[in-house]
Amino acid sequence: MKRFLFAVAVLTAVCSCHAVAAALSPFESETWSIPANGVDTRILAVLKQKGIDPAYPCSDEVFIRRLYLDVIGTLPEPSGVPGFLQDDRPGKRARLIDDLLERKEYADYWTLKWCDLLRVKAEFPINLWPNAVQAYHRWIWNSVKKNRPYDEFARELLTSSGSNFRVPPVNFYRAVQSPEPPALAEAVALTLMGSRVGSWPADRRDGMAAFFSRVAFKGTDEWKEQIVQCDPAKRDPFKALLPDGTTGRVEAGVDPRVTFANWLITPENPWFTRSIVNRLWAWLLGRGIIHEPDDIRPGNQPVNPELLSYLQQELVGARYDLKHVFRLILNSRTYQQSSIARGRQEEAEALFACYSIRRLDAEVLVDALDWLGGRGQNYESRIPEPFTWIPEEQRTIELADGSITSTFLMMFGRPPRDTGLESERSTDATDAQRLFMLNSTDVYNRISRSLRLRRITMAAGGDRVKLVRGLYMTLLSREPTMAEQTKAESYWQNSKSGSNEAATDLAWALINSMEFMYRH
Amino acid sequence: MTRREMQKRMLLGAAGLAAAHHMPAFAQPATPVATAKAVIQIWMWGGPPHIDTFDPKPDAGYDYCGPFNRPIDTNVPGMQIGQLLPQLAQQADKYSIIRSMTHGNNGHETASYIVQTGHKPGGRLVFPSLGAIVSKFKGYDTGYSSLIPPYVVLTQSQGRFDPAGFFGPRYKPFVTGGDPNASRFAVEGVVSGNISDERQKSRRELLHSLDSLKQALPEHPVSMKLGSLEDKAYEMILGDAGKLFDLSTEDNELRQRYGRNRFGQSCLMARRLVGAGVPFVTINYGGWDTHKQHFQSMRTKLPQMDAAMATLLQDLKDHGLLDSTIVWWSGEFGRTPKVAWPAPWNGGRHHFGQCFSALLAGGGFKGGKVIGASDATGEKVAERPVYPPDLLGSICERMGINPDESLPNRRGMELKVMASGEEFGEGGGRLTEIV
Repeated sequence: MKRFLFAVAVLTAVCSCHAVAAALSPFESETWSIPANGVDTRILAVLKQKGIDPAYPCSDEVFIRRLYLDVIGTLPEPSGVPGFLQDDRPGKRARLIDDLLERKEYADYWTLKWCDLLRVKAEFPINLWPNAVQAYHRWIWNSVKKNRPYDEFARELLTSSGSNFRVPPVNFYRAVQSPEPPALAEAVALTLMGSRVGSWPADRRDGMAAFFSRVAFKGTDEWKEQIVQCDPAKRDPFKALLPDGTTGRVEAGVDPRVTFANWLITPENPWFTRSIVNRLWAWLLGRGIIHEPDDIRPGNQPVNPELLSYLQQELVGARYDLKHVFRLILNSRTYQQSSIARGRQEEAEALFACYSIRRLDAEVLVDALDWLGGRGQNYESRIPEPFTWIPEEQRTIELADGSITSTFLMMFGRPPRDTGLESERSTDATDAQRLFMLNSTDVYNRISRSLRLRRITMAAGGDRVKLVRGLYMTLLSREPTMAEQTKAESYWQNSKSGSNEAATDLAWALINSMEFMYRH
Repeated sequence: MTRREMQKRMLLGAAGLAAAHHMPAFAQPATPVATAKAVIQIWMWGGPPHIDTFDPKPDAGYDYCGPFNRPIDTNVPGMQIGQLLPQLAQQADKYSIIRSMTHGNNGHETASYIVQTGHKPGGRLVFPSLGAIVSKFKGYDTGYSSLIPPYVVLTQSQGRFDPAGFFGPRYKPFVTGGDPNASRFAVEGVVSGNISDERQKSRRELLHSLDSLKQALPEHPVSMKLGSLEDKAYEMILGDAGKLFDLSTEDNELRQRYGRNRFGQSCLMARRLVGAGVPFVTINYGGWDTHKQHFQSMRTKLPQMDAAMATLLQDLKDHGLLDSTIVWWSGEFGRTPKVAWPAPWNGGRHHFGQCFSALLAGGGFKGGKVIGASDATGEKVAERPVYPPDLLGSICERMGINPDESLPNRRGMELKVMASGEEFGEGGGRLTEIV
């Protein structure tokens, strides 16, 4: 019935000859413009078995916004949206995916994610200190930008030795609260195997810790510098149990971390590839095939084992090229579904029969508000030394140091980077967030003083149709529907306040809509 | 006592109880009876100088005292405090001074953690701060239903670590933003002066009519959650809760006595919040990290602190709130008693975690006492060390929270509300002297 009503609305819109996209709702489209891929066959097999219909394709309007937010953590530039929407050549979605994967913001945004997992922060409890934070962040950023093969990236994290300021990946071992071998092993298992050692038998836990028993930390004459290395005094061979129950032999004079890395990083070892493809999937779809993505254990089975092993094979086949997996997922119909489920929402989201709605990350949201309001955050930290001042124009997704104090970021669920658990990042809605968005001076000023919005008003020159369309395109990356246009215009007629205030209120309403605040 | 413990005790009977003191599991005290309902934490961000405030050492000489070598008597015989705190001297019967605080750490971030959580760094978890603990035990989980969140920070976050720790985001503080000394205290989200109630209502209707995704997903858990949060938000925006933050209704003369500055008016705001039932309020009072030109800073800052805190104590008393409100004053550490005279410090004091002072008042704590002592120069604890978990554990007990209770956590680890003082050193213990 609802769908029928939408159709009526569309007909009305078409008849009144307005430039309104002919779609079921602004969020869905009727037919697929892309082929199903290897991801989809595996998803659909499970859905068919369970008798669940996948959601309709998402509309181009939804797609461009979703892709920008998911891949580069940035709202689409309004001026670029109409070109994409009007492009009727086949393969336009795939081209946009390729474009975005090459953007600088791609590296910024995915570095942010990696910095969560790797616990990049200057202060308590990790105490990397500001210099090392910058060095480590830069190294991760370069790795992401160059799309370094994942096996190489992981091996460097595991086996590097040297100064925390000069050999950035050694910070992997410094970014752990306790320098004891069991804690280091726990961090390795969580980060690279997606598993919590608390769920392991004690002998496997102890066995794994042995491979990190020779990680040594040594101070230097330089302030806050530390050398991370394999303890040179310990050279005896030993044997220890690996997580899969086999025995690892560390030869005399060999760094046991290398022995461990040699075991972990092989195409045959499912631990390594399973964790990363499952994480990538969770990052793009909002939920792991094994969920939570860092709680892989025998009692926590994948909802779609075929899909998981397919992605693992693809990663190995592409020589650990993570962007290959990105492309596979992003070009799938599964990813490009609407967020409106056709059955029960929870079930559909768990089995990927629709796209999962989730709030913009704290950093992405504050960047969006800054972009709108035309001013930045001026992050700073006068503790610890050397002090940090971030230029106003630098975006929050580029922020290296997870310790920089920000009430906004804390309120909107930035992870504290204490443990590296995915669940540290929260996109849950809270009282304080709702109050802030609805009624804070901060948001009010950004809207009322926004040059971006003022330019739209000026360009419209009193034409309300144009003004409403400008606001929709800027804030929601789409044209208003006929019904929305009418409702917005009538707000002016009934508004007792001035025309400018009405425009401010309209922008405020759009910013507070679920469509603005949530990836959908 | 949990149900399981109760059953165990019943099973063990008298014989079991007789043996109980040998068995740590049974040595847990029952939940203490609360004498306090609220805590006001005055957080001296940066580390205040103990020697210039509550632990003066006039005989230590110029290299220690600088120009402040004439401490003043208080209204408690034999108890002296720093010369720039004359108003607090007249309130000394209301508070007790601890002059033997120690943890030995000189880093802001680690010391902030230790003093506010009562735990040592290390291990594999970040513990929640005292505010988050109170928020858990006295907040929404246990029947607190006010629209004002149970853990409020005036006006900016302390930072340095995640105050909710492993409790997670639900127990984070509500940080007000704004300036209570401004003509209108613009508490972010709650008070927005530019918008009339009528406009609030009409634009809310506009939001409803244009929220197309929410309309397309009426049953979605996110839609429902946003809806209920919005209802609650407008209850606050349009209702009486927001009026709590309107300081203009306070007597002007009282506002002057608190001091027309951010800290003074924050103290007044804190009294209003605890009066409204909020169980934990932090006033984050910055500017105490005085490595350089320390004495010049003190001449402006200490009189401000003096007026505000003295007025707060008296005002709490006048409102009948002092007996149920703990005022806790402390920074992450003290400052080096020995002055750094040479450039670039030009008379500065550095970080000092070896020995520092804290202050406790109200909520069942006795006033007019001095606990512990530092040595002749204020550089070492001379008597009765007090470790952070001793102090925080004592506050917990006054609040009816058992400091030895186990905290729920996703790793299933045995984690107590407070560490044992013994982890820090010998000779500590909860502050039985002032209860």
